[in-house]
Amino acid sequence: MQDSLALKVNDFALKLANVNGTGSASANSLLMQAIFRMGIPVSGKNLFPSNIQGLPTWYEIRVNKDGHTARTAEYDLMVAMNAETYARDVKEVRAGGWVLHDSSWPLDKSLLRPDVTFLGVPYAQLCNEAFVDSRERTLMKNICYVGTLAALLCIDMDVVSGMLKEKFAKKPALMESNKRAIQLGYDYAVQHFECPLPLRLKKMDATKDSILIDGNTATALGCVYAGATVAGWYPITPSTSVLDAFKGFCERFRTDKATGERRYCILQAEDELAAIGMVIGASWMGARSFTSTSGPGISLMNELIGLAYYAEIPTVIVDVQRVGPSTGMPTRTQQGDILLCAYASHGDTKHILLFPANPGECFHFAVNAFDLAERFQTPVFILSDLDIGMNDWVVPRLEWDDTYRPDRGHVLSKEDLERMPKFHRYSPEDELGVAARTLPGVHAKGSFFTRGSGHNKLGGYTEIPDEYQEVMDRLARKHKASRNHVPSAVIERLKGSTIGIVTLGGCDLAVRESLEQLKSRGVRADYMRVRGFPFGDDVQAFLDAHEQLFIVEQNRDAQLRTLITLETRTPKEKLYSVLAYGGFPLQAAQVVQGVLSQITPRLADSERE
Amino acid sequence: MSYIKKPVARHPSLKPNTLGLTLRDYEGAMSTLCAGCGHDSITAAIVRALYELDTPPHMLAKLSGIGCSSKTPTYFVSGSHGFNSAHGRMPAIATGASAANRELTYIGVSGDGDSLSIGLGQMVHAIRRNVKMLYVIENNGVYGLTKGQFSASADVGSKSKKGEANTQAPLDPVMLALDIGATFVARSFSGDKAQLVPILKAGLRHDGFALVDVISPCVTFNDHEGSTKSYKHTRKHQLPILEADFVPFAAEITADYPEGAAHSVKMHDGSMVRFRKVAADYDPTDRANVASYLREHQRAGEVPTGLLYLDESSEDMHRAAKTVKTPLTRLTHEELCPGNAALRKLQEAFR
Repeated sequence: MQDSLALKVNDFALKLANVNGTGSASANSLLMQAIFRMGIPVSGKNLFPSNIQGLPTWYEIRVNKDGHTARTAEYDLMVAMNAETYARDVKEVRAGGWVLHDSSWPLDKSLLRPDVTFLGVPYAQLCNEAFVDSRERTLMKNICYVGTLAALLCIDMDVVSGMLKEKFAKKPALMESNKRAIQLGYDYAVQHFECPLPLRLKKMDATKDSILIDGNTATALGCVYAGATVAGWYPITPSTSVLDAFKGFCERFRTDKATGERRYCILQAEDELAAIGMVIGASWMGARSFTSTSGPGISLMNELIGLAYYAEIPTVIVDVQRVGPSTGMPTRTQQGDILLCAYASHGDTKHILLFPANPGECFHFAVNAFDLAERFQTPVFILSDLDIGMNDWVVPRLEWDDTYRPDRGHVLSKEDLERMPKFHRYSPEDELGVAARTLPGVHAKGSFFTRGSGHNKLGGYTEIPDEYQEVMDRLARKHKASRNHVPSAVIERLKGSTIGIVTLGGCDLAVRESLEQLKSRGVRADYMRVRGFPFGDDVQAFLDAHEQLFIVEQNRDAQLRTLITLETRTPKEKLYSVLAYGGFPLQAAQVVQGVLSQITPRLADSERE
Repeated sequence: MSYIKKPVARHPSLKPNTLGLTLRDYEGAMSTLCAGCGHDSITAAIVRALYELDTPPHMLAKLSGIGCSSKTPTYFVSGSHGFNSAHGRMPAIATGASAANRELTYIGVSGDGDSLSIGLGQMVHAIRRNVKMLYVIENNGVYGLTKGQFSASADVGSKSKKGEANTQAPLDPVMLALDIGATFVARSFSGDKAQLVPILKAGLRHDGFALVDVISPCVTFNDHEGSTKSYKHTRKHQLPILEADFVPFAAEITADYPEGAAHSVKMHDGSMVRFRKVAADYDPTDRANVASYLREHQRAGEVPTGLLYLDESSEDMHRAAKTVKTPLTRLTHEELCPGNAALRKLQEAFR
């Protein structure tokens, strides 16, 4: 049991248990944003149900001065605002921790724990007295606990009131209510509890060059900056906000102020089959075009993904992964679409995948995706996930290089075509295995027949084995050639290391934190985060260099490990899996446990510093 | 005789259009469909319509799905951009293409299997979006490439080649289109080129989705006694209720129109459609009137044909979406990318 009195400054975790649809999301993000503005590394994870109103929902905030902001289940303080889940919420607090609850009604005695301090504030009562409107009474209960937490944790009240001012600049009545509610909660805490708790926030300077952004917003912004003009999509959790954000940015940056004319076209499709078709049609014409979806959408798109692959049409697909199979758990996170995307569609198909780890990479990889899709004339997947896509992350401020110009790949201009005796779509190929394409309407000589049926290297219909194979072999060469053009792996070596840990995407922070924990337990590990598929030479070299490797990922079937065994020369016997696939973001503790339980004893004993 | 490479023969009487191109320049590869297939007549009508409209071949995009009908884009306008896509998915691909480049002329060729079964959802949504394209359904009531299964347009009681009668109610693309707000609805017959060509021309100039359902008998699997999509049956029951003449914008109007022309409809680009031989109680711009007229005559076993409905106030997808007039494909990077200064400013709100 941790000592309740031991001071924990800028290093603790809160969990807030709420009822969905009561306005808790805005209260909780206000809290997280206030901590961010105090300059302290922080993360907020919304663990929400597939529901609009009534079901339990949780929000977790982790504060860590060293930047370890992966999810942790070691909660120091529980804000228990949902009677329905009291029992499990109280149980989850660490020994020596605190439970803040609504004491308007007596707490069931059976819930009490001797090793936890209960702090009761009569929120319902306070808000019933202070507010008249019933909806307002519900909403303000949540804002009220922000005030209590400000007192308990030393949240800077100037920061909070500054945020309220910005947020409700145009709604003074709302600002008044919010201010009043916060003050109620704050005053009650000061009058009834010893404030602050040993859990404390102290201003730092660690976030001044950072922003607070979710991955879907960042992805959308990347698409705008890459010059995407056509988006075809169908609403699906957790990717919908990519298109919401894209629309917002386009309205802001791409709408002519005088005429109202739009330099973009967003098509909300009837389903994902149509969404991907729209992207293919627009890309065929030469527009940068994309779709955003989640696993079920990828399943539906499979047929046309093969068409884009075989007809060699650049296509950008954002997959914000959620828990499958089938409908699965739509509001929970997973990395379950790796194999689905790598080989999407029937026949021999292989695709380029990008694995962003955070919103910053979502922004940049979105731009990369368009360049790669056009350079290699093929579908490119951005494999984000719900945790990255829908939660706010603290990431370094985004920078844009104004000298950037889109890599349109091998496209023949009017002048090129003018000079050519004759154009053939799939021949000759360049050093990457890519042949020049033309865009419709540019020049009479550029006309050709695009088809998903068997074709030869001149683009003509064929059913002749050699002619068919010749094209398929070039597609394989082209895919292989892309391996050193996808973002390179992030590799960090540790002196005296004995093992390698390999991961991808949103596992990054938890795995990095686990490296330190392992080190303190005598295990030194090198780290590699793959950021693209096909795997580059750097990935192969890292795999070659280690005797035992742990592949950490968030799915049941070890999909990254499978992909490595299929696509590298590494024997699968030396690849060990660490898997977490329950739907919540990965924790360092899971990685540590997974490694220690499987490590070869001889390797577990690295030399201590 | 599809193994014969089509000879390039230019008859001296072939008259060039204003682009200096002759009818031959609008032809494509030799058809590989069965001899006598209705689809080949439709192809010939498309060739003529495009030739007469002086369409630059490379400014034409011709798209299709899968099926006998979907093979036909290969057989017209070799110099245009073709896209033989996947079964039932052409409407979405055409939608995306049109979104990206509004300057091209779009023709989609589909069949009753491609449009009324696997692709029904995509077709009706392309109609709802009013994508500017000519959409031809080559309707024969049967799956030809897979050898004779009934399609969704087969009439109840119509017999298959093996003598089996269809029991499921047919989907009628014309009634469906009218019902969901289509702005241009026509039906014709592959054996009536004189009627079909002006309809296609009007459809190509329509500012929106122009649906042309063409009864196109399948000589191999659905041209027998007992079929309601055979040449014989269609000839017997076709009821041309109105003839349309298409007068392109700025063309000198020299044709002599008889008295009783009930309607002249001006299209978005200034072209005119003149309806002739209109039944007294028929108004091609009144959706409800058209629907009830058709329903009544179809119930009597007739196949009313012609440019059946036209909404002259039609606004295509781009006008509804307020897209810039310049095709999106031609916008420069500078016109699309807000740049670093804007990014910095934007991020002030992400604090």
